[in-house]
Amino acid sequence: MSATPVTLDGAWRLSGSVALRPEPFGALAYDFSTRRLSFLKTPALVDVVRRLAGSPSVGDALAGARVAEGERPAYLRALAGLADGGLIEEQTR
Amino acid sequence: MTIAPTRPTADRHTRDRPAVGRLVDQFEYGLDAPICLTWELTYACNLACVHCLSSSGRRDPRELSTEECKALIDEFERMQIFYVNIGGGEPTVRPDFWELLDYAVAHHVGVKFSTNGFRITPERAAQLAATDYVDVQISLDGATAEVNDHVRGAGTYDAALRAMANMQAAGMTDFKLSVVCTRHNIGQLDEFKAIADRYGAQLRLTRLRPSGRGADVWDELHPLPEQQRELYDWLVANGDKVLTGDSFFHLSAFGPADGSGALPGLNLCGAGRVVCLVDPIGDVYACPFAIHDQFLAGNVRSVGGFDEVWKHSALFEDLRSPQTGGACRSCSAFDTCRGGCMAAKFFTGLPLDGPDPECVKGNATTAVAGDRKRPDSSQDHSHKGTVRHAPVPLILAPTRLANACDENPLQSARTVG
Repeated sequence: MSATPVTLDGAWRLSGSVALRPEPFGALAYDFSTRRLSFLKTPALVDVVRRLAGSPSVGDALAGARVAEGERPAYLRALAGLADGGLIEEQTR
Repeated sequence: MTIAPTRPTADRHTRDRPAVGRLVDQFEYGLDAPICLTWELTYACNLACVHCLSSSGRRDPRELSTEECKALIDEFERMQIFYVNIGGGEPTVRPDFWELLDYAVAHHVGVKFSTNGFRITPERAAQLAATDYVDVQISLDGATAEVNDHVRGAGTYDAALRAMANMQAAGMTDFKLSVVCTRHNIGQLDEFKAIADRYGAQLRLTRLRPSGRGADVWDELHPLPEQQRELYDWLVANGDKVLTGDSFFHLSAFGPADGSGALPGLNLCGAGRVVCLVDPIGDVYACPFAIHDQFLAGNVRSVGGFDEVWKHSALFEDLRSPQTGGACRSCSAFDTCRGGCMAAKFFTGLPLDGPDPECVKGNATTAVAGDRKRPDSSQDHSHKGTVRHAPVPLILAPTRLANACDENPLQSARTVG
C-alpha cells in the first residue's frame, strides 16, 4: 500500500518483486512476495508502466507512450490502483 | 493429437479476439502461457484413494528424468509461468522431489504442491518454512477419521493432521487444507474450517470430479442436490476466506440470473485456455481433471517442447474458441455457469454440449439417471496388490431414510468401498 498519491509530477516504477508477462490483452502482473496475480487490461497501460522506471515523472512516461491529454486522468486512476495494490512503487533517489 | 468431441463452438469468422472487453472474454481466447499449470510429477503413490483423479499408484517407467524435469522448469521460466501446482501421485515419493523444488524456486517458478502429508516430517516442515515461493496443500477429505479414511485410506487422517502440526510448529503459515467435497463431508464444512483455523491453515474446497478412479465412485460420493445448495450457501457465507480453485462455478447458477450470486473466481472453464496439466511422462492435457486421450494435446518431449504444445496444438486451438452453449444456451443461468465442467460431462458419459451432470437447475437429472456410456479410461496406474493404507469401508447411519416407513432404517445404510 502506498500513501503517496500518484500525480503527473511523481516518479514511480514497477515494484521490485513484480514481474510483467505480456499477453494479447495487456499483461499479467505477478507479485512474487504476495503471490498475487493482477491484470493490466490494455497494451497501452503496459507501455506506460514499463516506461515509468526510465522516466523522471509520470507525466513524462505518459507523454512517451503518446497518451492524449484527455486520457491522462483515466491513466492516473489506473496507476493509483496499481500503487494501491503494491504493483508500482515510488522511485527512490 | 485429438480434437475434443462435439463441443459447441462459434463459427470460425467470429473467433477473432476482441480488442477490449471483460477479462473472462479475453481468457476464452487463451493466453500466451497458462495461469494455472498443474504438473503431476509421478504416478507413484503410497495411498490408493478411491477418487484419485489420475488413477495413481504405480510409477510409470517413462516418467521424466531429473534432467528433463529441470529442462521443463527452465522452459516455464522462459514462458514466465510464475508458479506451478505440483501433484501426483504423491510428489514427495520421487527421490528428487526436494531437489526439483529448490531448482524451481531458484528459477523463479513458485511451487504449490499437494501432498498426503506422510513425508512432511518436522525436518521437512522446517525446510519448507525457510523456502520462499513454496506453498503446501495437505489433502483431507473428512473432518473425522471415519469419513476421511473411507476415501483416502487407513491412517491418512492422522498423517494429515500430523503434517499440519509439524508445519505449524515450524512456523509455516497460510498453507492449505484441501478438501474434496463429497456426500459424506458436506455436513462437516464448519469442522473443516475449525481444523484449518487450529493449525493456521487456509481451507480450500474443491469439487469431486468423475475423473480417474473418481469415475467409479462418483455416483455414490457426489453431493446430493440439497447438499449442493448447502455448499453454495456455505461458500457465499464464507466468501474469500475459503479457496475453491474456481471449481464450483456450476453452483453459481443458484444465484440470480444477473450473476450477482456468482462465487468468487473466473467462473469459466479454463481448460486449454488458462489451465493445463503436464503428466509424469510429459503428456500435456487440457486440464487436471481430463487425463484422457480425448484431451491430450501433445508431449513436452516433442519438438518445440511445452511452449509449442501450449501455443499451437490443434486441441488447444480448438478449445480457445468461444462456447455457444448448445442445449444450455436458453437457460437463464448460462452466463453464470456456462454449461459447467467439460471433464465432468465427459467422464459421466454426457454430451459436452449439454448440462453439467450436477446442473443445479436439474437439467441433467434425466440424463444422469438414464443409460450412460462412460468412456473407457486411457491410462491406469492403480496399485494391483494389497496397499498398506487401503480405504476403509464406511458404515454410516443414513442421512435420510430411503422410505419414511422403513421399519429398520439401518438396513438402508450401505457399506461402500
